[in-house]
Amino acid sequence: MFLINCPFCGERDQSEFSSGGEAHIVRPKQPTELSDDEWAEYLFMRKNIKGIQFERWNHVHGCRKWFNVVRDTSNDKILSVYKMGEKPPVNYK
Amino acid sequence: MPNYRIHKTEYIDETKRVSFKYDGKTYFGYEGDTLASALLANGIHLVGRSFKYHRPRGIVSCGAEEPNAICQIGSKKDLTEPNVRATELELYEGLEASSQNCWPNVKFDIGGINNFISPLIPAGFYYKTFMWPKSFWKKVYEPLIRLSAGLGKSPTEPDPDIYDHKYVHYDVLVIGGGVSGIIAAKMAAKNNLKTLLVDDKKILGGSTIYQNNESIKIDDKLSSEWLKNEIQEIKKLSNLTIKTRTSIAAYHGYNFLLAKENLTDHLPKEKKKNKIRQRLWKIRAKKVVIATGSIERPLVFNNNDRPGILLSNSINKYLDYYGVTCGENIILFTNNNSAYETSISLHKKGIKNIIVDLRKSASSELIKQAEILGIKIYFNHVVTNTFGYRKINSLEIMKLSEDGNTTVGNKIRLNCDCLGMSGGWTPMVHMHTQSGGKLDFRDEDQVFLPKENSEDQISVGSCNGDFDLENIIDKTVNKINKFLDIDNQDYQDTNIICSKENDKRNIWLLPNKIPLGKTKCFIDFQNDSTAKDIKLALKEGFRSIEHVKRYTTTGMATDQGKLSNMHALGIIADTAGVKMGTLGTTTFRPPFTPLTFGTLVGRNVGKFFEVVRKTSMHEWHVENNAEFENVGQWKRPWYYPKNGENMHDAVQRESKAARDSAGILDASTLGKIDIQGTDASEFLNRVYTNAWSKLAIGKCRYGLMLNEDGMVYDDGVTTRISENHYLMTTTTGGAANVLTKLEDYLQTEWPELDVYLTSVTDHYSTASICGPNSKKILNKLFPNLDLSDENFPHMSFKEDKLKNIDCRIMRISFTGELSYEINIESKYGNSLWKMCIEAGKEFNLTPYGTETMHLLRAEKGFIIVGQDTDGTMTPSDLQMDWIVSKKKYDFIGKRSLYRSDTIREDRKQLVGLLTDDPKEILEEGAQIVSDVKSKPIDMLGHVTSSYFSPNLNKSIALAVVRSGKTMKGQKLIIPMENKNINVTVSDTIFLDKENKRLNA
Repeated sequence: MFLINCPFCGERDQSEFSSGGEAHIVRPKQPTELSDDEWAEYLFMRKNIKGIQFERWNHVHGCRKWFNVVRDTSNDKILSVYKMGEKPPVNYK
Repeated sequence: MPNYRIHKTEYIDETKRVSFKYDGKTYFGYEGDTLASALLANGIHLVGRSFKYHRPRGIVSCGAEEPNAICQIGSKKDLTEPNVRATELELYEGLEASSQNCWPNVKFDIGGINNFISPLIPAGFYYKTFMWPKSFWKKVYEPLIRLSAGLGKSPTEPDPDIYDHKYVHYDVLVIGGGVSGIIAAKMAAKNNLKTLLVDDKKILGGSTIYQNNESIKIDDKLSSEWLKNEIQEIKKLSNLTIKTRTSIAAYHGYNFLLAKENLTDHLPKEKKKNKIRQRLWKIRAKKVVIATGSIERPLVFNNNDRPGILLSNSINKYLDYYGVTCGENIILFTNNNSAYETSISLHKKGIKNIIVDLRKSASSELIKQAEILGIKIYFNHVVTNTFGYRKINSLEIMKLSEDGNTTVGNKIRLNCDCLGMSGGWTPMVHMHTQSGGKLDFRDEDQVFLPKENSEDQISVGSCNGDFDLENIIDKTVNKINKFLDIDNQDYQDTNIICSKENDKRNIWLLPNKIPLGKTKCFIDFQNDSTAKDIKLALKEGFRSIEHVKRYTTTGMATDQGKLSNMHALGIIADTAGVKMGTLGTTTFRPPFTPLTFGTLVGRNVGKFFEVVRKTSMHEWHVENNAEFENVGQWKRPWYYPKNGENMHDAVQRESKAARDSAGILDASTLGKIDIQGTDASEFLNRVYTNAWSKLAIGKCRYGLMLNEDGMVYDDGVTTRISENHYLMTTTTGGAANVLTKLEDYLQTEWPELDVYLTSVTDHYSTASICGPNSKKILNKLFPNLDLSDENFPHMSFKEDKLKNIDCRIMRISFTGELSYEINIESKYGNSLWKMCIEAGKEFNLTPYGTETMHLLRAEKGFIIVGQDTDGTMTPSDLQMDWIVSKKKYDFIGKRSLYRSDTIREDRKQLVGLLTDDPKEILEEGAQIVSDVKSKPIDMLGHVTSSYFSPNLNKSIALAVVRSGKTMKGQKLIIPMENKNINVTVSDTIFLDKENKRLNA
């Protein structure tokens, strides 16, 4: 059971959050101009990394804010949290 | 009756005699006993039959690792509990326990015949045997296996006991109250860290607390005396909480642990009453010290499972802690020094014993002591067989060859009534591995040890492979100072004298002249797997320890292989010729010992099982005999049976009344989201498929919401209340998810939009009145409101007051009838409803539930998202192309509507179905085919909604059918279990295609 440091509320139990999958997938500005393959890339393709992964979380039973998390999926350690719109910390690239 | 209690100890209160029943017979023990110690005091070893061969089995251990002495407690249908370890169960007045897995009784068990046909029951027996004929499985094999298998009996009635959950946070959690745990807890607490110490036993002190060997001393005191002093001291520490009878069940990530505290299991019946039985502690600790100790290993030799064969150290505990001897003529069989402590203790109490030691020779303080006492020691000997059916009565030993691979010389037969075995010690690394820690293998004594790899937890004491007292204390102190970053000097001058010889002769499967196939060398006592089974699995090609485990079921019983896993691994390694450390271990999963369901569920039973949401009209629905349906967490009226009507009749009456005169529905549960901000219109444009910019203030519009994949996600009517203010409604079940989805887009994709979302579902109650007479009823409620079609047309909204209370009234319809929805602040909901009912009396205003609502909308071909859709339906599949804007540049899901897959013409599409026999009602979910003779039958789709329409006087249904759009008029077949139903594909709208009734 993770302890997640919500950037707005502080450390809270995982049960207050819901996971929103991979982070930094930007919705195309002009979807209609994409080919089927390009659209499918946005729609379906997700990484499944053993190691450092960038993910979205929502403090759904708290402030309801979405934010980003850097997590090492091999040991579940959360290495960093940062707000939406902020750049991922460079040391985890 | 024999009495094996031979001396007094401070842990047994001989002034408090306790009577208990075992297998129907009354016995006596004392306060402080466990069921196991009390049985042994009465000379009872035989406590059960083994799982597969039904061999007589006796008590083996004195703790959580016990594989044999598991019993059924109580006989009441609601309170009985199976698989309780007699070695952990504290004795109380009136305890009733019985042995398991035997019939008619433990002394004479019919299943014992399995022992003699055991060559026919090898590993994988069930997989191999009951394969054919296939039809036999369900009717013959399974019932028979179920009859003979299984351990105890489950209770058959609800558990009346009370259970509790508690969340706690600590700086340091110490698991285990032995020497190392006590030291760790003291050091942490004295350094101002909020500390919790848990131990599964009744008292702290682990195995040192009853230690009375003069050669083991701390600060010139017996180690037990020194430890008692320490315990007295830590009890005074204000920031240390001590919880005994509390065992850690699971160690999850981020130092989140579950512990079970036993509160009343040791109390007599009348004292248990109205008290919490067990409490589940949910612990978050910044740091965790694991001091869970180690357990003694059995030895694997022929017939090593007879009653009277115990672990050597357990014999010692029964003697020194409980005052009970396990026999009068005891043999100790060992490969290391620890059996000598038992031997000396027994000798001191006058119990005759001899030692059989695998080692060629050995010398240590303890061995010298034993020799001085005149205890006979057979070095370099191995036990090759044991005798005695219900209890051991003798055994054979032989000399070991030089390399230890075989036996030499003559058999020596020795009489005994008890055998103690000691195969060395296994550190309890369960907690460490559950937390994600890895293990190292130490070759010298063949143990897996925790690998230090985390800053949040540490293992100390014998669970870390430190077995002698000096090592334990010194290392614990050093490690804890470092771990907690403190500088505690309390133990700097502690003077420890102890035996430090750890040499051991490890042989996993002991040699024997008898071929392995003819021996019974048990590894897993509870699941009856033997060395032979392991070797067979290897011979059949299994290599991975995880596979061998499952094939032979080794380690898969309720004890989870605490005594057996190491031996299984050892024998696999030896047989395969690999180093044991390279094999890895099986996975240690929670819980450490079985938990009751009650503990896990806690207070969430009965009406607290699930959150229930009720509308403010709920009371009226109850008073008026409504049957309820669960929709999400909501309780919605399903139908209102009158005068003993069944559901069908009630729904027919309600549906007819709604179309003939007037009906009223509690629509409060629909999700309501208040949308405000200067970009609200733009936002709606992006989330719905249709256009919103031009919706006039005071008008309503139906919207369809998609996922990015183009599939229908939700629908509902949204009203423009003012320039920058909308009220969106969603489906009842989808409300929370829709809000989350909308917030997601606002926060992550379109943060530039000025839009604010508020869930107002609970803020308003909604009464929906429909039917040709609804306008008249509205007129009575709101006499000043101009209800003319010119002023208040379909799909528009007005505000008015009902007795000075503001109402929002929408003229919208989900039934196809002229219809109004009145929204009022929730606290007035019940009054609103009653006033509507009162005003509607003269028009036979009929309350109707969700079932009638579903029927009425199906007559009109309106979809229900989640019933007629399943996450694979596009608007086009639903024949709703009209709602998808061609002009809008973008909205959620737009691009997906012309992916190669979504434009396929043979997708499943929504159609209407009419049965050839108008009385025949289809079953929802039924498959649809065109040809029942082809093999395999081609499935075209399924029925999604089906009703008998009283207004059309025929059966109607909606269905999704492959290429359904092009099939109008075509005949299809619904194959049912005993008949085929003929249907014709129709339009989805069955009633009033021209929408005349909306303005009736």
